[in-house]
Amino acid sequence: MLSFLFTVIRRDLMLAARRRGDWLTSQFFFVMVASMFPLGIGPDPVTLKLIGPGVVWVSALLASLLSLPRLLAEDYRDGSLEQMLLTPQPPVLLALGKSLAHWLIYGIPLLIISPILGIQFALPAEAIAVLMLSLLIGTPILSLLGSVGAALTLGLRGSGVLLTLLILPLYVPVLIFGAGAVDAAMAGTGAESHLSLLGAILVLTLLVAPWIAAAALKVSIE
Amino acid sequence: MSESVATLSFHDLRCTRGERELFSGMNFTLQGGEALLIQGGNGQGKTSLLRLLTGLSQPAEGEVRWRGEKLDKTSETYHREMAYIGHLNGIKDDLTPIENLRLASQLAGRTLNETQAEERLVQLGLGRCLDLPCRVLSFGQRRRVALASLLCSNALLWILDEPLTGLDVHGVALLENLLKAHIDGGGMAVLTTHQPISLEGSNIRTLRVGGPAQSSLAS
Repeated sequence: MLSFLFTVIRRDLMLAARRRGDWLTSQFFFVMVASMFPLGIGPDPVTLKLIGPGVVWVSALLASLLSLPRLLAEDYRDGSLEQMLLTPQPPVLLALGKSLAHWLIYGIPLLIISPILGIQFALPAEAIAVLMLSLLIGTPILSLLGSVGAALTLGLRGSGVLLTLLILPLYVPVLIFGAGAVDAAMAGTGAESHLSLLGAILVLTLLVAPWIAAAALKVSIE
Repeated sequence: MSESVATLSFHDLRCTRGERELFSGMNFTLQGGEALLIQGGNGQGKTSLLRLLTGLSQPAEGEVRWRGEKLDKTSETYHREMAYIGHLNGIKDDLTPIENLRLASQLAGRTLNETQAEERLVQLGLGRCLDLPCRVLSFGQRRRVALASLLCSNALLWILDEPLTGLDVHGVALLENLLKAHIDGGGMAVLTTHQPISLEGSNIRTLRVGGPAQSSLAS
């Protein structure tokens, strides 16, 4: 069972390594969107510090959303998804493996880039640390919820737009607690409560999302 | 592995697409050493029937049984003993044929070393494209990679949807020989094809889907 999970993850990492262009698009998008705000609003450090956490988090949501169609759609198109569903392993593991691989490929780089963006918004070092921590807990939630959306919209026409409309509202709690944690750290009230709520959401989605995604996969593949 | 006899059977299958009924009341029992050739015109439901047999989709009515048990009860055993090639080859374009074969085997919980994978691919006439990404292979060559993956699966039951599409004369002859060897060795196969396929000497049974070919264009 576990070896199947690891094989699914290894497979996706291998495929991503063969297609670095696709992979870089998402990271560039993240940096570009976040960099547009200081350019548009002006270089006032007070304003930038105020909007910084929210902007970085919204950019992370959008970047994650941009990469979601790649989570399942390509495997669906070339038939390897149905072959994976025909293995003796339960589809839940497939859904879990695909979401974890998506997080490793698209989530972790966001985490690594975020300090640079933090500096751009004049965030203090302490706030940047909390930002990274909130992204560390928050981005896997994005991948897990995203797998549900990707599975539901598989093979539909205009699935990209539908996916956005379906998934963005589900991302709202992650955004509130993620950006809230950084704000709280800067206000000096402590980010622990926000981060622990974010952790609770992670545990919940980790337990629930793969099952829903697996059920959605079965329906979509028919 | 279960001790019961290997049989694939379906009972009173009914399949619908939206409002339209494709077929109903399909019954058949297939045993080891037999092949089932499904016939029928375009759009009569051949592919739908094959997908019902793989368990990828569910029938509107009726049931499919493997070794006497309903598919959803025995899906783990069934998927270990069954291999399916659909219209899509299910291979990744960015990987080489060897990587594709090895990955497919690992996902199915088997191990396949490089030499074994190479042997299968050479057997299917792909000896010259072993380390090219599948992206640069022709349609027929990619079909051959999928067939090599089928051989590696060691499955008892092969379900093949139009396996001859894209294959050249040698490829067709090769597949015919593979099918014969598989069936004569006690294996089972369910396939559809529009091209003539000669499997003389093997135990072939046929089933017609969607009644007599009724075409509105027939004069």
